[in-house]
Amino acid sequence: MSLALREKLIFDYSRPGRGARGQWPPVPAGAAPEGIPAGLERRTRPQLPEVSELDTVRHYTRLSQLNFSIDTHFYPLGSCTMKYNPRACNAAALLPEFAGRHPLAPVTHGQGFLACMYELQEMLKAVTGMRGVALSPLAGAHGEFAGVAMIRAYHRARGDLARDEIIVPQAAHGTNPATATMCGCVAREVAVGADGDVDLEALRAVVGAKTAGIMLTNPSTLGVFERRIEEVARIVHQAGGLLYYDGANLNAILGKVRPGDMGFDAIHMNLHKTFATPHGGGGPGAGAVGVSARLLPFLPVPIVERGAEQPLYRWLGERELPQSIGRLTGFGGNAGVLLRAYVYMRMLGREGMRRVGEYATLNANYLSARLQQVGFEAAYPQRRASHEFILTLKRAEQDYGVTAMDVAKRLLDLGFHAPTTYFPLLISECLLIEPTETESKQTLDAFVAAMAQILREAQEDPEQLHGAPHRLPVRRLDDVRAARELNLIYQEAGG
Amino acid sequence: MSNIPADLKYTRSHEWLKALPEGIVEIGISDHAQESLGDLVFVELPEVGRSLAAGEACAVVESVKAASDIYAPVAATVVAINAQLAEAPELINQDPYGRGWIMRLKPTAQGAPSGLLSAHDYQALAAAG
Amino acid sequence: MPFIPHTEDDEREMLAVIGAPSIEALFDEIPANLRVQSLEGLPSGLSELEVMQLMAARARADGRPLCFIGAGAYEHHIPAAVWSTITRGEFYSAYTPYQAEASQGTLQSIYEYQSMMARLTGMQVSNASLYDGATAVAEACLMAVRANRRSQAARILLPRSLHPHYRAVTLAMTLNQDLTFDTLPYVRDAGHMSVDSLAVHDGQDITALVIQQPNFFGVFEEVDALTDWAHARGALVIAVVNPISLALLKPPGEWGAKGADIVVGEGQPLGCPLSSGGPYFGFMTTRMQHVRQMPGRIVGATVDADGRPGFSLTLQAREQHIRRAKATSNICTNQGLLMMAGTLYLALMGAEGLERVAAASMARTAELVAALTAIPHVRRAFARPGFHEAVVTLERPVAPVLAALAQRGIQGGLDLADYYPELGAALLVCATETKTSADIDAYASALSEALRSARAA
Repeated sequence: MSLALREKLIFDYSRPGRGARGQWPPVPAGAAPEGIPAGLERRTRPQLPEVSELDTVRHYTRLSQLNFSIDTHFYPLGSCTMKYNPRACNAAALLPEFAGRHPLAPVTHGQGFLACMYELQEMLKAVTGMRGVALSPLAGAHGEFAGVAMIRAYHRARGDLARDEIIVPQAAHGTNPATATMCGCVAREVAVGADGDVDLEALRAVVGAKTAGIMLTNPSTLGVFERRIEEVARIVHQAGGLLYYDGANLNAILGKVRPGDMGFDAIHMNLHKTFATPHGGGGPGAGAVGVSARLLPFLPVPIVERGAEQPLYRWLGERELPQSIGRLTGFGGNAGVLLRAYVYMRMLGREGMRRVGEYATLNANYLSARLQQVGFEAAYPQRRASHEFILTLKRAEQDYGVTAMDVAKRLLDLGFHAPTTYFPLLISECLLIEPTETESKQTLDAFVAAMAQILREAQEDPEQLHGAPHRLPVRRLDDVRAARELNLIYQEAGG
Repeated sequence: MSNIPADLKYTRSHEWLKALPEGIVEIGISDHAQESLGDLVFVELPEVGRSLAAGEACAVVESVKAASDIYAPVAATVVAINAQLAEAPELINQDPYGRGWIMRLKPTAQGAPSGLLSAHDYQALAAAG
Repeated sequence: MPFIPHTEDDEREMLAVIGAPSIEALFDEIPANLRVQSLEGLPSGLSELEVMQLMAARARADGRPLCFIGAGAYEHHIPAAVWSTITRGEFYSAYTPYQAEASQGTLQSIYEYQSMMARLTGMQVSNASLYDGATAVAEACLMAVRANRRSQAARILLPRSLHPHYRAVTLAMTLNQDLTFDTLPYVRDAGHMSVDSLAVHDGQDITALVIQQPNFFGVFEEVDALTDWAHARGALVIAVVNPISLALLKPPGEWGAKGADIVVGEGQPLGCPLSSGGPYFGFMTTRMQHVRQMPGRIVGATVDADGRPGFSLTLQAREQHIRRAKATSNICTNQGLLMMAGTLYLALMGAEGLERVAAASMARTAELVAALTAIPHVRRAFARPGFHEAVVTLERPVAPVLAALAQRGIQGGLDLADYYPELGAALLVCATETKTSADIDAYASALSEALRSARAA
């Protein structure tokens, strides 16, 4: 099948014999691949595109222009913390000495890099109130895995072998139960009360001798602060379980409250959210983990240590940390992401860190108030918004047949990325909105104007919304066809 | 309002059961279930001959927005599967009680399975959400 | 205020709309005793100028040594167009392409990536990438357990010649899932697995056999015989491959009579800088029949409401945000930006460019091994040929020799003492197309001198 796209496929540029020859390396004399034993050679060339450098640069530049991004659009994407990604962070991480450093290079050729990593560990400890930090997990979900694996290792080390239940609130991120399963646990849901806080009676009923731990975000996925967190911690700890903090919403409380002070034993931090490293169209992330004293021996390796003698900084591995849950990454972690987060934290410093939580919260509460003024309904109007808040379009759906998806798609037409839709599942027809601290009042006001326009259109011209988006490279895509008639790789016409 | 034939039995997890001759039971998902899942894109079927415990997950129906397990309502052996669903999962959307049947089971124990709902009771369950 | 645009007027007006007296008042639901009193341990903020001066100084401390280490991360030339294009804000600062209409650039790029990786590995489908090569092996083992319905044992055979970090990660990531791993030995003087040595597993229920080609030592495995052995016993074959080597080596889809079932590997050689270990990307391709058991994101071509072609994420019902506790994995991200680097790299190289990179790397490694083994008492550990890495043995412990080389700005390879003590004083070395004859001569004479002075001491 040949696809006639707005931008054709790279394969459509391909012509036999063309190639970006200037980018190919010289082959030293006598380098015919004679060393490959008979039978192991490739017989037919892979059908990769044969394109020039200009073809490649122009094609991917054009493709980039079909994307929304932070650099071009406001992304009020709840739970995702799409803040500005400072350019200095990128420039520093790509300095040739850092970019060219081999992961297994001797520490004597890495004291500069390792100093950054050590200080990053220390800063993350300070800002979360945890006792130890490991930087190696490669994404938030990978950090979650490390956290729950450490909780299991802790119980196992105490001979407490029956604890295989992980409690998650009804509205938890999907990764929480998926992580519990990956760690050989059963996920048990606990109800959330009408005010958005965990139902303590339900929690008391569900904890017991099988409880390994509880996974919580605070502020929760409902965009409100769990006010009785100390009571939750007491109940779980008294039952012999540990508390896991899903750091997806850490931006809300940065510099204001620390998970360690709330009683959490393990935490992952999404450095690509709270610490402004880029999302890159779906990665790379970095999911550093922090622990309380009782989990210190179980941290994943490697960790950077500072000693008294030269070279000052060195890696700690399984030899030094024999109870570690082990190695979770090929090498030391997403170092390039960690360097970006390090530069961001150094630029913010102590004062800047505190302002993140403050202005993220100011922006969310302002946006929530303004959207309610223009006629939208908040899911928890009696509560303070944290760094994000939920609108429910239940009424618009009943009155005009307009869904959260319609609003999301129409926002794209009006130049705004959509908020998170249909999460948390607890609230029907919901939009989860997180503006972040890096957006100005003027941007928020423009978003409110767009939302007000959409509400008018819902009343006057709902068809306009059902058909949205109208102005993007494509209209709504047929997901059913995509899944039923799987077309996952390009096939040449007639091929 | 979805279609709930009076001559079938139902489970709380939205399967229906039809009694066939020789003690065989045919299983599918209710009209209400297919409606809430939306357009189905894939059905994973068990192997014929597999023995199932009561309540065991033995098949999966998948739409673009959800994937849902099908549970064996009784301890049984799989005696037939609807192989057409591999190519045409939409049969479940189009005809959930007919051409969209999923599998036929031979229960291990004699006698009527317990804990099933009548059409009337299932109606109440479906209406409650 | 760094990265916060609010003026005093903005702040005043916003608080008035909220009806709060101060920003502090917005935190009134948080118990007072939990509020942070001080943030000791955090330094004061730096300007961009100051932070760049700091980073430049730190970078200088690390220097730019001459690197002959491989072991799973390889220094290749990265065409300038790769990173100048993918760091465009529209790729760099975009979110995961859940809103397909606003993400066609990323989605189409992933579709092109999937197509290229399927062709390179000789398989039918690819996902949009995983975290790295090591975690991809762990995910492949879990996937094999789901995909191989004939096997009840969840038993995986792991060669000892597999990258030791991949083994460690696989064990750590599957620890709580009741998998059994058996280790397969390598032939002591040849450095590869022998099919004969697998006889002890005859009659066992085996879920999958892992084969790394070339293996950790750089040595070629007998992939055809190993693949056929596994398939004859109902086991799946998980191929772990270096993508550059596939320009010259038979793709896993053609191994043995039926081909490998799951192919994974480290994508770093395709346009990603070494960067102390990451970010890289793991790749995974498989047969169409196993696509629903594959973890990670997958993009499909479809049409929009007007019937025009477009792309969207598909088969999402496998993933954590829908399937929750029953998901194929808890993974959310792919390594989007690095996968983009791989895509541009493959486009710029094409099959012929990739062949040149592979051939030049093999040639440079042969040149390096010849130069090193010309030194007295430096020998090749294994007789069997390999790709762009080789193990050489010294007459004395490796660590002090490497330290002496490091002082002269040369990273002489990886000391295998901790990983393979049975090999004695063994060193894994690598030379890619980035090394010149002068570089190789410099290394050989430095090594010769280091050994001489060690002998004299």
